[in-house]
Amino acid sequence: MSYTFTLDGKVVPFVDGQTIIQAASAAGIFIPHLCYHPEFKPHGSCKLCTVKVNGRHTASCTMRAAPGMVVESETEEINAERRALTQMLFVEGNHFCPSCEKSGNCQLQATAYHLGMMSAHYDHFFPNRAVDASHPEALLDFNRCILCSLCVRASRDVDGKNVFGLSGRGIKTHLIVNAKSGRLADTDFTLADKAAQVCPVGVILKKRQGFAVPIGERKYDKAPISETAETTEGR
Amino acid sequence: MTYQLETAAHPETLRRVAIDPVSRVEGHGKVTILLDDQNKVHQVRLHIVEFRGFEKFIQGRPYWEVPVMVQRLCGICPVSHHLAASKALDVIVGAKKLTATAEKMRRLMHYGQMLQSHALHFFHLCSPDLLFGFDSDVTKRNIVGVAMAHPETAKRGVLLRRFGQEVIRVTAGKRVHGTGAIPGGVNKALTVAERDELLKDIYHIVQWSRDAVQLIQKVHTQDPGLYNSFGIFRSNFMSIVGNNGDLDFYHGTLRARDDNGKIIFDHVDYQQYNQYIEEEVRPWSYMKFPFFKSIGKEHGWYKVGPLARVQNCNQISTPFAEHERKEFVDYAGGSPMHAPLAYHWTRMIEMLHAAEVIKELLHDDDLLGSDLMVQGERQMEGVGVIEAPRGTLFHHYRVDENDLVTMANLIVSTTNNNQAMNEAIRHVARRYLHGHEVTEGLLNHIEVAIRAFDPCLSCATHALGKMPLEVELVDPEGRIVHSLSRS
Repeated sequence: MSYTFTLDGKVVPFVDGQTIIQAASAAGIFIPHLCYHPEFKPHGSCKLCTVKVNGRHTASCTMRAAPGMVVESETEEINAERRALTQMLFVEGNHFCPSCEKSGNCQLQATAYHLGMMSAHYDHFFPNRAVDASHPEALLDFNRCILCSLCVRASRDVDGKNVFGLSGRGIKTHLIVNAKSGRLADTDFTLADKAAQVCPVGVILKKRQGFAVPIGERKYDKAPISETAETTEGR
Repeated sequence: MTYQLETAAHPETLRRVAIDPVSRVEGHGKVTILLDDQNKVHQVRLHIVEFRGFEKFIQGRPYWEVPVMVQRLCGICPVSHHLAASKALDVIVGAKKLTATAEKMRRLMHYGQMLQSHALHFFHLCSPDLLFGFDSDVTKRNIVGVAMAHPETAKRGVLLRRFGQEVIRVTAGKRVHGTGAIPGGVNKALTVAERDELLKDIYHIVQWSRDAVQLIQKVHTQDPGLYNSFGIFRSNFMSIVGNNGDLDFYHGTLRARDDNGKIIFDHVDYQQYNQYIEEEVRPWSYMKFPFFKSIGKEHGWYKVGPLARVQNCNQISTPFAEHERKEFVDYAGGSPMHAPLAYHWTRMIEMLHAAEVIKELLHDDDLLGSDLMVQGERQMEGVGVIEAPRGTLFHHYRVDENDLVTMANLIVSTTNNNQAMNEAIRHVARRYLHGHEVTEGLLNHIEVAIRAFDPCLSCATHALGKMPLEVELVDPEGRIVHSLSRS
């Protein structure tokens, strides 16, 4: 059966079982998100996709669409909350866009631009996080992890390898490699894995690639995140 | 070649005058002068007060990130650091010879930077002193004053710089802090549209550069008493020179001469630079003092930059700049010119050369090629050297088997000129301040001497964990309760 709800006043069709963000994407409407990926079960952790449904906050990646819902997304209030969440992600890790090879291809950076983030606003934590360069083909730079868990889900659900996991609780939550040594080299991870391709930031990187794509030809140089095909039609 | 006026015997009895900050230079520095009751000068020091740390925090990072990260040392000539690092990492990735397109794209980027940096320094920072006088009305002694009194000169300065920035943009992707060079090559070639856009302007850029040489030559030769002696000191000098001893800003071998122009070393592969050069740390500055090992600390220091390069090379490959070089050498009378103010003249000769090289490159179809990268046998260590606008720039890295940087050593152009700048300001202090009432105009003489070298003080203080530190805890009566020092 096909139904509709309204999103910022626009009528959005959906089918049974679709979440709000899935229906919005199918209709070409962008809702900011980081931990959501159309190929994986929703995680609902980053809260960037928060919308108001009938006046109450909810994550649009986990809330199923229902007929007649009144959904608000692009409002000043919600975008201010999204911007604050994004700023918190920036200060919790070490995100140095000027020297990051993911710059221009980074979903966190593109989202910050989309939300009009002009500064980090909060004091930086400057956490001391290591780089795992043990794997011959891939580099893990934990400084940039935003705990979206996409690599965890991809490795577990698609690759069947369980290479990654989230450990610790609350503010101490961190990404780990499931090996006795804790090193990526001691796992069966390869660049062909789905987990190697889903990182929205610059944690899982193909080695020796660096800045091979010139400025002007990077993903978000060509179009803002709200207009890229991946975000509106599914990756 | 002595350390006279570096350290006063009894500083506690002397009056301290500080120029803080030194203005119209890149970065932050200060000069302190210790005077007695008769205004006699006892100590003069150029202090570099910035604190950076790139050598330290680059450690543990993947090597391919380095050229983009280290260029953040500077916003004026980031291309120098970008390319020096890329050259060092070419060695690491085994790229012994770049493709023609890659090398020429890098050259174009570098010569564009040379043009914009020299134009910025001459027109924006120094022309007020040179056109109005060192102790002229301080309210007009700035670029706005130049724009009012000499609008065409100021306009050309702005447009020359803009053209150089545009060359950088099309080769690196951005005017400041781009990504064009990568270990083993470049990430883009020039498009026909980009080339044609630059070709529209290059001919008058060359002409304006010729006019700039004429301007500074006239200023210099009209007042030889001042320009040939102001802040003068004799020293060794060094630069890289290209094939056949040509002036070359991008690549070559190291050549050093003594103050009489006699060769100290030549044809030195810069991979072995640390067999020839050593750095000394002194407790009063964050900037190190390099010297030639074979001569030693006291007499082995040297100068770099335009005055060194133009007199160190055998010839310049482009016709207009070579003509101007010969004029300069003739004026110097057959022996090296050591006057700091001659830096301005030679800097403009270099700007002309950069413009001519850009013109040649824009007619070279290799820039439009598609063969951008080479690789070879991986190495663990590499050195990259380039002639930056301010002088010879060394980048030296070691990279482990996992591709992470384990060691970085940078010897920056301004660091090479550290002792030279201190000598120049001591000479000026002795000549102009000694025994006189200190005025703003007299203090500007000190700054004029520093500006001649076009120092970039932010670049020059890149080390972390190596400088000596002294920490003193003092009680309200001024007694030292506790002190800690690291040397």
